[in-house]
Amino acid sequence: MSDATHSEVQPYEAQFSDYMELLKPGVMRLVVFTAIVGMVVAPVPVHPVIAIASMLCIAVGAGASGALNMWWDRDLDAIMQRTKDRPIPTGRVAPGEALAIGLALSGFSVMMLALFANPMAGAWLAFTIFFYVVVYSMWLKRLTAQNIVIGGAAGAFPPLLGWVVATGSISLEPVLLVALILLWTPPHFWALALWRNDDYKAAGVPMLPVTRGERVTRRYIFGYTLLLIPVALAPSFTQIGGGLYFAVSLLLNIMMLLGAWQLLRRREADRDADNFRAEKRFFGFSIIYLFLHFMMLLVEATLRAFEISLFALPIWY
Amino acid sequence: MAIHPGHELHSRRKGRNVAIGLLLGGFVAMIFAVTIVKLSKPQNVDINAPNYSTNIGENE
Repeated sequence: MSDATHSEVQPYEAQFSDYMELLKPGVMRLVVFTAIVGMVVAPVPVHPVIAIASMLCIAVGAGASGALNMWWDRDLDAIMQRTKDRPIPTGRVAPGEALAIGLALSGFSVMMLALFANPMAGAWLAFTIFFYVVVYSMWLKRLTAQNIVIGGAAGAFPPLLGWVVATGSISLEPVLLVALILLWTPPHFWALALWRNDDYKAAGVPMLPVTRGERVTRRYIFGYTLLLIPVALAPSFTQIGGGLYFAVSLLLNIMMLLGAWQLLRRREADRDADNFRAEKRFFGFSIIYLFLHFMMLLVEATLRAFEISLFALPIWY
Repeated sequence: MAIHPGHELHSRRKGRNVAIGLLLGGFVAMIFAVTIVKLSKPQNVDINAPNYSTNIGENE
């Protein structure tokens, strides 16, 4: 036997880009962005080298949980239109390989973050990975229509991770940021699920529009938007917020509420007539909504660093 | 059988190997940079240092 025969049984060699895709780079970008904001707004300055190293660890940790999620959900991914081109369903990466990469990178990122920043940050990263992979992917995603609410929690932790990297402890401000992403996720994702309903139905994932129908989903979107508003405005009155954040947040929340109200009032005929135009718009706007909230926190932190105060608000915490 | 250095397998895996090599090199560089930063903190203000002192100022 020669080594030439060996190459024939392996028709496709996984490339580096396939492994990168396994780490969900899109999600990673969002995680890193919110983690950076959490770190920058914290009252303790972080050395740039430690900051970069810590952010890399958080990015790799997020990627590792993405790989583990793809390993676990490979049966669903193969069915759903949105995910059928992922590395495992297309056969570019073997399931066992994804599992190994996910586990190895999880362990690595947690250990390195504990060493680079502090043990508390490492522990929170470990908890985040556990929560996303075990609690969300393995346990609740296929069990309950509130899966997005739970999954949102895993996606909500990065700003807290950033904060803990800087301070080594937890305070009200990062908890508010976690709550902001947590309550933002359901309306954001359910708007998507409304027009991706058939996809989830085919895969048997109990998304809210599948189990409870469209009307209930629209009511839930509106309800969660109502819950979201006070949480989104609350950071204005802490040390990380300020007048500028408040003004922008108020505007964004009014627009979000109007969007949710519009979705609530739409009937089947409306969405058939314009092919889910309002739902798609609401979904798109919700991304801008979250992004601008975090951007404004960065702006406020910059203003504070230069000791500029545009218009002061009372600080309640 | 020996695997020849010029085997097609090597060219096929080249991109992947180079990328992993760069990644590992970057990792080493990062550990080095973090080490320099951590060790260049004055010992008496570094809470993790063995000779950390809580009464800074009194000694000076």
